[in-house]
Amino acid sequence: MSVLTVKNLTKKFGKFTALDGVNLEVNSGEIFGFIGPNGAGKSTTIRVLLGILKATEGDIKVFGKDAWADAVEIHKRVAYVPGDVNLWPNLTGGEVIDLFVKLRGSNNQSRREELIKKFDLDPTKKCRTYSKGNRQKVALIAAFSSDADLYILDEPTSGLDPLMENVFQECVMDVKKQGKSVLLSSHILSEVEKLCDKVGIIRQGKIIETGSLSELRHLTRTQILVDTKQPITGLSELKGIHEVIESEQGLSFQVDTEEMDEVMKYISQFSIIKIESAPPTLEDLFMRHYEGTETASDTGVGGGK
Amino acid sequence: MSLKNLVAKTGQLSRFILRLDRIRIPLWLVGISFFTLIVPPAFKELYASQQERDVMAETMQNPAMIAMVGPGDLANYTVGAMTAHQMLLMTAVVAGLMSILLVTRHTRADEEDGRIEMIRSLPAGRLSYLNATLIVSLITCIVLALINGVGLYGLGIESMDLEGSMLYGTALGATALFFAGVTAIFAQLTESSRGTIGYSLAVLLGAYLFRGITDVSNESLSWISPLGWVTKAEVYSANNWWPIVLMVGASFVLFVVANYLNAIRDLERGFMPSKPGRKYASRFLQSPMGLALRLQKTGLIAWAVGMYILGASYGSVFGDMEGFFQSNEMMAQLLQEAEGASLTEQFLPMLMVVITLLATVPPIMAINKLRGEEKKGRLDHLLGRAVSRVELMGGYLIISILNGFVMVSLAAIGLWSAAAAVMDDPLSFSTVYGAAMGYYPAILVMIGVASFIIGFVPKWTNFIWMYVLFSFFVLYLGGLFDFPEWVGKLTPYGFVPQAPIEEVTFMPLFLLSVLGVALIFAGLAGFRRRDLE
Repeated sequence: MSVLTVKNLTKKFGKFTALDGVNLEVNSGEIFGFIGPNGAGKSTTIRVLLGILKATEGDIKVFGKDAWADAVEIHKRVAYVPGDVNLWPNLTGGEVIDLFVKLRGSNNQSRREELIKKFDLDPTKKCRTYSKGNRQKVALIAAFSSDADLYILDEPTSGLDPLMENVFQECVMDVKKQGKSVLLSSHILSEVEKLCDKVGIIRQGKIIETGSLSELRHLTRTQILVDTKQPITGLSELKGIHEVIESEQGLSFQVDTEEMDEVMKYISQFSIIKIESAPPTLEDLFMRHYEGTETASDTGVGGGK
Repeated sequence: MSLKNLVAKTGQLSRFILRLDRIRIPLWLVGISFFTLIVPPAFKELYASQQERDVMAETMQNPAMIAMVGPGDLANYTVGAMTAHQMLLMTAVVAGLMSILLVTRHTRADEEDGRIEMIRSLPAGRLSYLNATLIVSLITCIVLALINGVGLYGLGIESMDLEGSMLYGTALGATALFFAGVTAIFAQLTESSRGTIGYSLAVLLGAYLFRGITDVSNESLSWISPLGWVTKAEVYSANNWWPIVLMVGASFVLFVVANYLNAIRDLERGFMPSKPGRKYASRFLQSPMGLALRLQKTGLIAWAVGMYILGASYGSVFGDMEGFFQSNEMMAQLLQEAEGASLTEQFLPMLMVVITLLATVPPIMAINKLRGEEKKGRLDHLLGRAVSRVELMGGYLIISILNGFVMVSLAAIGLWSAAAAVMDDPLSFSTVYGAAMGYYPAILVMIGVASFIIGFVPKWTNFIWMYVLFSFFVLYLGGLFDFPEWVGKLTPYGFVPQAPIEEVTFMPLFLLSVLGVALIFAGLAGFRRRDLE
């Protein structure tokens, strides 16, 4: 059952088109990773989903309701954590958590205490004294101590230390176990890889790739390191071979997944001593999508609004 | 670390701060000097003869006025003595306020936001930024003293000689310098810029109030207050320089203490640790309106107290006004009694314009807070939860509407209670309260305009302040410059009947209220439909 469907979403700010025909679908019990470079439109999409921005065009449904018109009804079942958490400097963390939980409508006191302990937050301190990471913890604790059905998390871990990142991942897995859905926008690709069932890649306001990780991996290459008794010749003439580098350990190169069989048959003629293969990482996948279309410096990921 | 290293690059940083404040500082200087320089010519015009000035001196001869503006040379009330008496102390308080805001900006505020950390990571000394700030303050104070001193002398008014004028300017500069020192010390003691501003303002107001009380009860005690030194300079009469020299000396002592405190503390720490707050939100806080109210709590209380004091200080002069009219037949003839209103009552409308325009400021701040929160990205937290836009803005509107009502009421009650205490034939409460409440529909229109702007053209939110300022000029100076009547009708306040002189008719007030409510609802509708930032 789909929790969230976005069909042909277009958002224009004056003449500038921020989102251009975006399609998305998140099903219940699914963790959807939403990735793309700075300024690609991740946060804009999320803000449209939350009814904070009004779509210029398109059909946006959350729990089958219209994201703009029924925002309040929808938000009773949504928990949101922004990437750049700004809090009221003169309220304490504890007060902000209570306020947020209360405004969502549900209240789970024991869960609140448990999470405060888990995330190691001092709730008596004023928000102005919190670091970025601590402000993010406040937003995360408020989100996870409410019984939402959909969690929308916009780069929620950009200020957390690795320990807290683990706590965060546990929380996400917990809600998944309970059959809830998560939309996770992140620039930490290892995190997306670890958590997400499905991934959508957005670039310049368009979704350019979407599917499960294994589906996406089909589109990419495997990294191979091979050492043979006889030196391999003529490898680069084969189809689907990239970035051949000779080193002391042997020959390393990348193979397109669909050409794997041919390549293996070919190199086995040279008597393999050792072969190592690494699955394509999301990072490779990501980078490949931008190769040639943008300069190297533009291929960063993540970012604020 | 040698002294040279402690203050390395101070000169460069001073130039940097001057550059950052290249608009802010001149604005303050021009503003303060403008108000200093327009007054003496106005006094000369209004009180041309010594006889008229003596009449004025007579009305100043009461505890309420002494508490407000300090003692003056009433026996020899020249234009100069009059200016020094009625303007110097108030202007000195404003100069102190300027220093508090400017110094906080470059001490604790920069530290809190991590900018001093960046500076410290560069090859600049540990005390360089503080001293650069103090140098900039010193320059600002010297320029302030020179502009005002030379400017006042340049007016060419007989009773305002060069020495007195320079002393006037120096007194302003010295006060600004002193409070720069006070602020520099609180910037070391507290851990937040709000704390720095709060404590420094408390010292400024405390000094003012303490001087007021002691000037009335025991004048030698008011030596304790630095603002007492300003009046003790007796500008344009005795011209005492040494209280001002004392002030400058004390300022440098404060600078040295601030440097010492800065040297022995850690970055981003203070000597007054911030106390932990509540672990849980109170029941009261847990709604959008509760939050909005909580965020404005301190400002609201401060304004409420301020409005009451404003009303009371106006009210306190009514007793003398009454006596003045009774003893002055000429004046009584000049101001013919309007039907059904006593002479003192005729002063009410003019006071009410000032009071209600000031009372318009806090409700507009209350509704504009919504836009401020939007710009800081904090509305997302609420709208991302089960809070509708109507509920959110509605909360701010209700606070704003009630706020205006409370502010006008408190000022009216303050005026009435103080007037009742000093008058033989007191004003009735309903006259005072009615005259004030007549302006409430106009305040509703202003709230409506603000809400309309937030709903439709949020980028122009601050435009409402221009409108408030415009209203103030038109109404306050309208009489002085003899504006045609239609100019007054460009602001909602121009439609309010001037009770108790004019008859209060229902229609204009009703129409103003309808307009105000319509604008408020239009604003709500606009806010519902637009994109948030």
